[in-house]
Amino acid sequence: MSNTTHHTVVIIGSGPAGLTAAIYAARANLNPVVVEGEPSSTSDQPGGQLMLTTDVENYPGFPDGVMGPDLMHKFREQAQRFGAQMVTDKVTKVDFSKRPFGVWTGEATPEPTYTAESVIVSTGAQSIMLGLEREAELVGHGLSTCATCDGFFFRDQEIAVVGGGDSAMEEATFLTKFASKVTIIHRRDQLRASKIMQDRAFANEKIEFLWNHVVVDYLGNDKLEGVKVRHTQNSHESELAFAGLFMAIGHKPNTDLFAGQLDMKDSGYLITKPDSTSTNVEGVFACGDVQDDVYRQAVTAAGSGCMAAIEAERWLEAQHS
Amino acid sequence: MAHPLIDELTDSSFDELISTAEVPVLVDFWAEWCGPCKAIAPILEEIADEHNGQLKIAKVDVDSNQKLALRHQVMSIPTLILFQGGEATKRLVGAKSKRDLLADLAEVISN
Ligand SMILES: Cc1cc2nc3c(=O)[nH]c(=O)nc-3n(C[C@H](O)[C@H](O)[C@H](O)COP(=O)(O)OP(=O)(O)OC[C@H]3O[C@@H](n4cnc5c(N)ncnc54)[C@H](O)[C@@H]3O)c2cc1C
Repeated sequence: MSNTTHHTVVIIGSGPAGLTAAIYAARANLNPVVVEGEPSSTSDQPGGQLMLTTDVENYPGFPDGVMGPDLMHKFREQAQRFGAQMVTDKVTKVDFSKRPFGVWTGEATPEPTYTAESVIVSTGAQSIMLGLEREAELVGHGLSTCATCDGFFFRDQEIAVVGGGDSAMEEATFLTKFASKVTIIHRRDQLRASKIMQDRAFANEKIEFLWNHVVVDYLGNDKLEGVKVRHTQNSHESELAFAGLFMAIGHKPNTDLFAGQLDMKDSGYLITKPDSTSTNVEGVFACGDVQDDVYRQAVTAAGSGCMAAIEAERWLEAQHS
Repeated sequence: MAHPLIDELTDSSFDELISTAEVPVLVDFWAEWCGPCKAIAPILEEIADEHNGQLKIAKVDVDSNQKLALRHQVMSIPTLILFQGGEATKRLVGAKSKRDLLADLAEVISN
């Protein structure tokens, strides 16, 4: 049976980039369908990465800051107000080799779920895990990718955050609301985080730093009780007790879906033409963190989402004239 | 707004419901400040409606019922624990899609 529906624009992903593209595409009467992702406890969920954070302090227009999930609800409402159609599903396959493009959700069927004149890819990025043994089992049992969800359970306990960027500083600072001590484990002797986030972490009495160390093993059986760390220079190993470990070592772009079809860097980030969101496939545009390994901010993701929608609109017009 | 088929359990009402329920009970440990919990709330409401009589769904707000959360070793939310005959028989950690959730609950619900 074929239930394929045809659309002018299909947008994949519903973070700041995808929803901004949806607002612009809907206002241009392109009737976009947004395949928004599915609920999960990672950032791969409707609303994207900001669903896992609390205060967003640098998104313009909110002088007092805004909660990440609240901001994303507003984005979604605004897109819906102009008629964007939201589908809570994950894209499992795409075919960009011929037009109209094919987009599949759910199980592999011969016919695509959607065909589209133009596709906007805004699948963002998600947290990198360490890839150590027993990692999957320990998530939810002391190992966490969501400080805002799980920090509460570590009241008056000693925990650790792995990473050295802005999100590590933010998570550590947030976690001091609950934990008695937060150790930031970082593999270098200096941070990647912005000055303001570093200053905040350095000033926090509950935060300690363990420099030049990497986590090499998880300790504890049914739940995490600590980690084994290794010094990056002298290879000395030691065991440290922690009730919880929060992962903030960075992000990888969600681009497995496009392998072999869209050009990407070795790091997996999609390659777009300079000053544009166009990819190597005419009619397929990419915006947000999925193609940005430099800025990775909500406002830049939103900005490039706007670019993608306008570029798609102009490209579609040119096809029909 | 509270859903008519979903009970909000507390430190004091939990044991009673779990031990007397005639069908398996899926308890959702959640909190107001948890984004992924909010994302699965409507899914649980749908499952409560669609499988009424086969499965009961109940919720525990971990913020106001910390003892319960501690007793069931909840360290991450959402955590869903399935109770059958008063015993915890399955534990699902993290938000997921309705399809995956139904697959995890296949042993207690039909169709
Ligand atoms: C903890 C944390 C705190 C942050 N704080 C800030 C901050 O204060 N200020 C700031 O500017 N930035 C912040 N950021 C960065 C910001 O969240 C990102 O730059 C921004 O969300 C990127 O937007 P995006 O739309 O490109 O992708 P994302 O937000 O990653 O969204 C990607 C979307 O694509 C969906 N998706 C992925 N694969 C599929 C698929 N196969 N099918 C369907 N959908 C799919 C996902 O479900 C998701 O909805 C923070 C990030 C984190 C993790």
